[in-house]
Amino acid sequence: MRAPLSWIKDFVEIPASLSAEEISKGLVRVGFEVENIIYQGSDIKGPLSFAEVLSIEEITEFKKPIRYVGLNCGEKQTRYVICGAINFKVGDIVLAALPGAVLPGDFAIAARETYGKTSNGMICSAKELALSDDHAGIMVFDKEQISIKDDVREKLQIDDVIFDIAVNPDRGYALSIRGVAREIAGAFGLKFTDPVEKLRSLTFEKTGEGVQPKIEDKEAASVFYLRTMSQFDPKAATPMWMRRRIEKMGMRSISLVVDVTNYVMLELGQPLHAFDRKKIKGKLRVVRAGKSEKFITLDGQERILDPQDLMVSDDERALALAGTMGGLYSEITEETTEIALEAVRFNPIAIAQNSRRHKLSSEASRRLERGVDPSLAEFASARFVQLLSEHSSAQHVESISVGEPKFQATFTINPKHISNILGFEVSNAEIIKALQTVGCDIDEKSWKIDPPSWRPDLSNVSDIAEEVARIIGYDSIPSVLPDRPIHASLTSIQKRRRFISQFLANRGFAEVLTFPFTNQKTINDMGFVGSRASSYALANPMSDENPLLRVHLIPGLIEVAARNISRGAQDFAIFEMGSIFRSSKRLETFISPDTGIRPKDSVISQIFASVPEQTEMVSGLLVGKKESENWQGKSSAFAWSDAIAFAQEILELCHLDFEVKRSDLAPWHPGRCAEILTDGKVVAHAGEIHPRILSQYNLPPRSSAFAINLGALPESPMVRPHRVGVMPAAVQDVALIVDSSVTALEVQQALIEGAGQLLESINLFDRYDKIGDGKVSLAFTLTFRAEDRTLTGEEVSAMREAATKLAAKRCGAIVRTA
Amino acid sequence: MNAQEIQGWVDAAQAAFKSAKDLDDLKNARLLHSGDKSSIAGASRNLGSLAPEEKASYGKIIGDAKNAIAQALTEATQRLENERDQRMLAEEIVDITLPVRRAHRGGLHPISIIKNDIADFFIEQGYFVEEGPELESGWLNFDALNIPADHPARTMQDTFFIEPLESGMVLRTHTSPVQIRTMLTKEPPIYVICPGRTFRADELDATHSPVFHQVEGLVIDRGINMSHLKGTLDNFARYMFGSDVTTRLRPSFFPFTEPSAEVDVFFNGKWIEWGGCGMVNPRVLKTCGIDTDEFSGFAFGMGLERTLMVRHGITDMHDIVEGDLRFTRQFGVGL
Repeated sequence: MRAPLSWIKDFVEIPASLSAEEISKGLVRVGFEVENIIYQGSDIKGPLSFAEVLSIEEITEFKKPIRYVGLNCGEKQTRYVICGAINFKVGDIVLAALPGAVLPGDFAIAARETYGKTSNGMICSAKELALSDDHAGIMVFDKEQISIKDDVREKLQIDDVIFDIAVNPDRGYALSIRGVAREIAGAFGLKFTDPVEKLRSLTFEKTGEGVQPKIEDKEAASVFYLRTMSQFDPKAATPMWMRRRIEKMGMRSISLVVDVTNYVMLELGQPLHAFDRKKIKGKLRVVRAGKSEKFITLDGQERILDPQDLMVSDDERALALAGTMGGLYSEITEETTEIALEAVRFNPIAIAQNSRRHKLSSEASRRLERGVDPSLAEFASARFVQLLSEHSSAQHVESISVGEPKFQATFTINPKHISNILGFEVSNAEIIKALQTVGCDIDEKSWKIDPPSWRPDLSNVSDIAEEVARIIGYDSIPSVLPDRPIHASLTSIQKRRRFISQFLANRGFAEVLTFPFTNQKTINDMGFVGSRASSYALANPMSDENPLLRVHLIPGLIEVAARNISRGAQDFAIFEMGSIFRSSKRLETFISPDTGIRPKDSVISQIFASVPEQTEMVSGLLVGKKESENWQGKSSAFAWSDAIAFAQEILELCHLDFEVKRSDLAPWHPGRCAEILTDGKVVAHAGEIHPRILSQYNLPPRSSAFAINLGALPESPMVRPHRVGVMPAAVQDVALIVDSSVTALEVQQALIEGAGQLLESINLFDRYDKIGDGKVSLAFTLTFRAEDRTLTGEEVSAMREAATKLAAKRCGAIVRTA
Repeated sequence: MNAQEIQGWVDAAQAAFKSAKDLDDLKNARLLHSGDKSSIAGASRNLGSLAPEEKASYGKIIGDAKNAIAQALTEATQRLENERDQRMLAEEIVDITLPVRRAHRGGLHPISIIKNDIADFFIEQGYFVEEGPELESGWLNFDALNIPADHPARTMQDTFFIEPLESGMVLRTHTSPVQIRTMLTKEPPIYVICPGRTFRADELDATHSPVFHQVEGLVIDRGINMSHLKGTLDNFARYMFGSDVTTRLRPSFFPFTEPSAEVDVFFNGKWIEWGGCGMVNPRVLKTCGIDTDEFSGFAFGMGLERTLMVRHGITDMHDIVEGDLRFTRQFGVGL
């Protein structure tokens, strides 16, 4: 919302000592963020002049139209300038910047040779003077309004301060000069003159039969004023001061009737809509569209109406998308002489729905969906009649209203609660003064509060506390820490997540946080199928590139790895921890109980259950070499085994027992993928990424990854440590030959079981697969220890024998003799 | 054999040991002067054949001589071993300034680091860390927070909606639904922070990201008022930005708080918009079944990316979201 200081001054007596900066700070203090202060005219210097166009010579040898224009600037001689615009004719009044002038952007005007002529100045567009964004052509003025002798700066009210203010959704009233002026008055304790007061006594004589208003949908509107005028001369021009004020607000001047509707909206906050009366058949009705039909809005767009759309219609057809945009059919044209002016207090929700359904946000809808002062339908429409009568030949025909404005209910407060909420003592007198400043009526005995008509947001003591704090100043709130003697900590799950991240970071992984979006092609490329491939779709993705929620962390890691490689990285490890979104259930229809009262426990459970499970995972990707190579020599490359090792270490970190099985799961290499189980449940996968994927994403061969489903991990058990044995250990090596189809783990498991309780540890120290015959040799070191004695040679040999015997029985292992 | 002769052997041995140039040299000298074939060894062996009175006196002389030789040998050995060690250490000198091979440098993402840091700060003050789903029910993300459908406040946040639209599922636009979940499931007093990932359909640019992180705080207790909110934010701001920062509250609007405020921090010579806050709207408390006569509360929320960018002078959001190792590794595992 823009607000020119010159207009604000119509309603507040602002002392000259109060600078624009100070006003801006005052607005911020009462809750209005000033995004920008525009010092209009401050960057325009030197001679500007109105000029009459005396002659136009079209220069045609260039690609674009060029005009050599003779101007009467009130000088003795005709001044000639080159101009690239063509929206003017001989006799028009234009604005010329003369040599010596400096325009916004430090654009210095000088006499110069161009297009084979001498140009002695420049004819200006509004944009070149930063007066508006309109750069469709140069500014052209009416001879009746402008004389070439007029002072440009004064006539166009160039020198002004314009505040650009962010208005929060609860303060619709401040989308008007009236509202902003009131806030400035409140912020500085200045006198405010409400423009509505002068309008209360306006009456208009009935001179004929006007159009009848009707509210068909009582939910959608409370009050409807319809004022009919006739004998309008469509040639009537908008007075310059009004045009300039509209432009300063960031809008365009269109025609007198439309300009007056906009001017009144900007001044008071009530959107108005003017119809060409001759197009209206019968009554003008606030009514739902009822059917899906085509409707052309005055921006020329054809829209398909929703049956629920709120319309303003006559007996035959829809004429306007209520509160949002008028229709092309009944718009004010250059032939319009009779006008029906609509002012309705619409239900904000109806307008918000109109605006949302048609993705059409207008100056009108922005105000109406925030709730407009219900008393304004009457006064704003009266202001329209007043202004249009003043500036044209239009005459009032008849004003008819239906419905009644609905005002905010009164309520009572306990003034002590204000201090309780704010945390400092506020006297009753201060409360009353603050509330009167914002426009409330207060009964000082009963503390009944009657909020002003423009404040539908005031309905309880919390709202009042904010108003009081705002006017007194938030700076008055003291700074106190609440007492908090109770202990808190992370949950064990939260601690575990931290430890895992910390562990990976310490072990050389860099953490990444990727966007959790993906697409079907990536899912297919990874080879995900079935439930692992099914995801939820965004209804409104940022782009069609990634319209789905991710189903795994590894694709994101691969993309980040590819990005790093493309930027020159070679060897690294990265990890991510986060949720994935496999579509585990069909989403049900929205459960939306009423608010303001706690829903039943069963409903709350239903809402919680309606949210699909989002599995928390941690995944790491190992790319290239384990260490960077340097003068110390070659480094080995990361391999499937490293990915498995990290997964195992993480489970060990969590004190969880696990077993490793062979698996074949995307996106891993089908022969180099392990699944890791705890309590018989698969909780992790690790191994080498499928070579097809690696080559597709330009990752080095053998890049490996692990993925752990954190949600599936059982709770970490309490550690119950064994006594540390201090008796000497006995070490035995065994070498076994097995069929290569037998896994090392099976052999190891058999040895462990066969060796019995006194086996302390086992280590596969050699694996030899070149003996042929489909056989491999596995060499293990077995370490035995008893807690209470030194083991004898016979005991140890017996245990070794028992171990190899079981391995022979289970795995067909043959003891290899040296 | 006489005492003088024996002293001569001792002198010869001491001189030989002393002049030994290295341990090999010493070994030869030892064999010669104290080995089995040495004169002193021979004399020692012959002791038995002497008469008893001679045996006693020569026994002592030979014993003393052997001790003197042994001592000289020990000294010489120590001296030569020491010399050998010195030589070896000198030979083994390397250029310890050479760039050494190291494992890859890991690190946590700075967002994780700041998130942990903030969590620890609040845990220490008795706040628990609550988390919730990112794909969230629209009722918890909006309605329960007093943001009804078709209210302009709902369009303030560009929401990612999930198909089918009738499901009302959204990617949470703030971590506030975690506050609602907490209030619906726990009895006050409640002291929690809710950090997590949030989503808004903003284009990625230097200062915005469609995926970002927030931390919100919620306190519900008896007698909680706006001064407690201010005190908590002051404390938090000092922890984040340094003990000399000041904060200011500005009136603002959030549907779920009343009164509402923006909190700014004066940092590096200017006011920085840091986050939003306010007293929890009684309507929100009622929706969660909290007795508003007994309890009141405050809530606040900040963007972690913004906090990080302001604090560390990061000028482009792309660095935070792209996962370039050169950026992340600078942070190590702590700030």
